[in-house]
Amino acid sequence: MTDRLAELKQVSVSFADTAVVSNISLTVNRGDILTIIGPNGAGKTTLIKAVLGIQPITGGSIWRHPGIKTGYVPQHIHLQATLPLSVKRFMMLTGESAQNCREALARTRVEHLFENASVHNLSGGEMQRVLIARALVRSPDLLVLDEPAQGVDINGQAALYTLIRELRDTLNCGVIMISHDLHLVMAATDKVICLNQHVCCSGYPADISQDPAFIETFGQSVAESLAIYHHRHNHDHDLHGNVIAHDHNHSEDCATHGLH
Amino acid sequence: MAFINSILDDFFWRALLGGVGVALVAGPLGCFVVWRRLAYFGDTLAHSALLGIALGFLLQIPLNLGIVVTSVALALVLVILARSRTLATDTLLGILAHSALAIGLVTLSFMPNVRVDLNGYLFGDLLAMSRHDLMWIYGGAVLIVALLVWLWQGLLMATIHEELARVEGFAVERLRLVLMLMFSLVIAVAMKIVGVLLITALLIIPAATARRLASSPEQMALITVVIGIMAVSGGLSLSWHADTPAGPSVVVTAFAMFLLVYGAVRQPRS
Repeated sequence: MTDRLAELKQVSVSFADTAVVSNISLTVNRGDILTIIGPNGAGKTTLIKAVLGIQPITGGSIWRHPGIKTGYVPQHIHLQATLPLSVKRFMMLTGESAQNCREALARTRVEHLFENASVHNLSGGEMQRVLIARALVRSPDLLVLDEPAQGVDINGQAALYTLIRELRDTLNCGVIMISHDLHLVMAATDKVICLNQHVCCSGYPADISQDPAFIETFGQSVAESLAIYHHRHNHDHDLHGNVIAHDHNHSEDCATHGLH
Repeated sequence: MAFINSILDDFFWRALLGGVGVALVAGPLGCFVVWRRLAYFGDTLAHSALLGIALGFLLQIPLNLGIVVTSVALALVLVILARSRTLATDTLLGILAHSALAIGLVTLSFMPNVRVDLNGYLFGDLLAMSRHDLMWIYGGAVLIVALLVWLWQGLLMATIHEELARVEGFAVERLRLVLMLMFSLVIAVAMKIVGVLLITALLIIPAATARRLASSPEQMALITVVIGIMAVSGGLSLSWHADTPAGPSVVVTAFAMFLLVYGAVRQPRS
């Protein structure tokens, strides 16, 4: 069986003539942890929804390995309080056994919620862990997480990324996630894609933190704090600390849309 | 048989049987109305029922069929218009609800040969329940209950979180369509009991009451059915003894139970 789980070729998504993402090509293999970073409005969530097949694309093509199972941890989950729902029932709606559901919750360290807890009384961090447990209980081939550490306290965040790495090993799955926690991402992931409507740059953490496009998107100070070996590139800062590019040849989009 | 026949000969029992049949399906569907925040949507479909009746007279087809066809058509129009996002959904619903009602009334007035008991359609005419009506109610109820049992897992998951449901392989769009079809059917059969203007009340008041008492979705659906049956029989008795209009009496009884439960139970269980 091939290790390739999904491949995007020149994928674009537009809403009413406005391109949200354009010309995205990427491949996810079994065992990969691929992290998508980028400023707000960069199209990160749209992109992963396209990978999952729940966002129609307007250009390019997506190939998914036939029969692969995907697990999804959405970013904002709003559950109607009018619908009485226990954590146990929510987990078991996946069609998995009670035993498996309990084990999945144990892996995300919220086993105590299995009996008697309602989904409506969970804290943000607990909800996040329940959602991850719910995604992993189905033994997905491809696990897709939209800001998994959201609402999780700072100690929990590192543990969460460790857990995601563990899951990649035990489930032997591919992982795509969106994250804002640049420091943790750089320490924990295999491959990073810096997205700002198009792929600004991609590669291994140590490489991309020195990429001019990355520095343009996230600013010099962020890049410096991340880079292990950092060389100053061919640009300066203005009075506000913004990056002024001199003469490197990156496309204009990054400069316009970046978070300076 | 003789016993059943004698019961069906009595209009009070016919009304009660019809009411129970409607409560059986209005229960679970009412839960979906509350869970998916479709109260206004249900109201709009109900308002279109009068247009359906006018259509039924015009084309000389069974009135119930006219109602089902009109509300399905309206539901589809709503889905298409909501996608274009030119107007907010509540504005759109308001426009369609009242326009459908008004067009229905105007159309009926153009048919001088047709004499309709408008009051009965607007507020229900429970005590005029015929054997034919009962057939419609129980036929619709069997169909709806069968669909609900068959599709329950998917309907529930799509209601909890649409995207998760889609990732997990449920045909969310198709489920939504089936749900709309069921709403249209229940409106066609419930109209006889409480009338166009009160159908939403019969759908949401028992469900909202049950929310306080239930700790799982299935429990909520069942409790809603029980409360619905109590509301129908209570309202009917009130109508019988105090000579009040039947439909409004049913709604008043449901509302009284709602107040009672919310007064007695402070916190939902799950």
